[in-house]
Amino acid sequence: MGLQDNKADTGTKRRYFLTRRLDRLFLELYNIYAFHVRFFKEVLVPPYEFKEIVRQCYEVGVRSLPLISLTGFIIGIVFTNQSRPSLAEFGAASWLPSLVSIAIVRALAPLVTALIAAGRVGSNIGAELGSMRVTEQIDAMEVSATNPFNFLVVTRVIATTLMIPALAMYTILVALMGAYLNVSQNELTSFTTYITQVFDAITFLDVFSSIIKSFIFGFTIGMVGCYKGYYSSKGTEGVGKAANSSVVTAMFMVFIEELLALQVINLLRAM
Amino acid sequence: MKKLNPKINKENKVIEIRGLQKAFDDFEVLKGVDLDLYQGENLVVLGRSGTGKSVLIKIISGLLGSDEGMVKVLGKEVDKLKPKELDQLRLKIGFSFQNSALYDSMTVRENLEFPLIRHAKEMTKADRDRVIHVVLEAVGLLQSMNQMPSELSGGQRKRIGIARTLILKPEIMLYDEPTAGLDPITSMEINSLINEVQKRFNTSAIIITHDLTCARSVGDRMVMLLDGQFQRQGTFEEVFNTEDERVKMFYDYNFVN
Repeated sequence: MGLQDNKADTGTKRRYFLTRRLDRLFLELYNIYAFHVRFFKEVLVPPYEFKEIVRQCYEVGVRSLPLISLTGFIIGIVFTNQSRPSLAEFGAASWLPSLVSIAIVRALAPLVTALIAAGRVGSNIGAELGSMRVTEQIDAMEVSATNPFNFLVVTRVIATTLMIPALAMYTILVALMGAYLNVSQNELTSFTTYITQVFDAITFLDVFSSIIKSFIFGFTIGMVGCYKGYYSSKGTEGVGKAANSSVVTAMFMVFIEELLALQVINLLRAM
Repeated sequence: MKKLNPKINKENKVIEIRGLQKAFDDFEVLKGVDLDLYQGENLVVLGRSGTGKSVLIKIISGLLGSDEGMVKVLGKEVDKLKPKELDQLRLKIGFSFQNSALYDSMTVRENLEFPLIRHAKEMTKADRDRVIHVVLEAVGLLQSMNQMPSELSGGQRKRIGIARTLILKPEIMLYDEPTAGLDPITSMEINSLINEVQKRFNTSAIIITHDLTCARSVGDRMVMLLDGQFQRQGTFEEVFNTEDERVKMFYDYNFVN
């Protein structure tokens, strides 16, 4: 039939194939799969909502800057401060810039950026789309023959996928600045020495893997937020649930992906 | 009481429904509904909350699928249309939602411009401005063009919702509880607007309501949905001239209580 926009209908009168719960679980898995397939189909097909993509990039990227700046800077300071005693014990405090830069570039910056984005952007997307579902704005788009998926989901997922790597790179810079502040205060290291040590320690693979990971994190956060919001259940409670489960699921997924990425990167390093 | 619209064309059915069934889990909402909407007619669907009135118009517009039966809109079976064909059909249907469903991140102007940008690509900005001006004037809210939906009253939101559906010049209007939650005077204004839309834009309409004042003011014909089927239909008097307790109770709660 011609319906484009309905989740596989769990409500219609039917006999259950297994049990009601198992049926719903499989339907949910199918819906997640179908949501992804639909995204990849629609991202390539016109109409392209450039204006909305730019607006969403601004929402995801620019509006996250204050929080990311503050968090990144503090992480740089705190991580340097916490690492110093262990290195000092072996008389290796001068290695701090190398240690800190590797930790920040490889893991901390992408992970922290993704977690902050999951909290700020993921919940925002979940709540916004959930509220649009509840107030029938998504239905209104659909009955006016506008593809709500293209306008709401594709634009947001593109925005998170593009902006989170950019934010992660920015977090690296800010965190390294925080670390430098701490190192220069305690070890009296000059900026040139600090930067030289940082760039000696990090490799192309470190930066490249961080960027790729952040793309994946960004895509995940966008997809989870959109899926939860787009198919949120009716009522104000549904909006709250959509926002909440967007954050929880996205964070969980980010950690799983980090773990998997680590295995792949370690394999690449060993090659 | 509304005068019958002389432009109703009983030869031309714009909506034809036969044996429509819909259930949610084990709850059967529609149990074999038959319905015809004629060109130029305002048809009121009456019924208590939860009887499937809104489900009916959501099936007509393709927002929900049916379990059984046939729904033909402007000669096309909704269930059998491909997505692109369904979109083409939807351009001829205006759906006014119960809570207006205005896009709350956009101004009134942007709400009205949204469908035009996507479906009237040949229009210049000046053309779009002119059309927006015309529909806002038709609903009497020209001064609200740059306001956000959150700054409008319930009645104003309804009017803008109707304006947004009118902007693509639909042939069929579907009104979901157009007077729900409005005070009697604003309700009266919305009723007048529905009649005005019928005359000025020459539309056929299904109006879902449980407000009998609204039904009497806007309906050329009415049907009453009881236990998943249309039990009564005709003029207002024909529907309520009955000994059926369920119908009498519905009338009493509207007018006596």
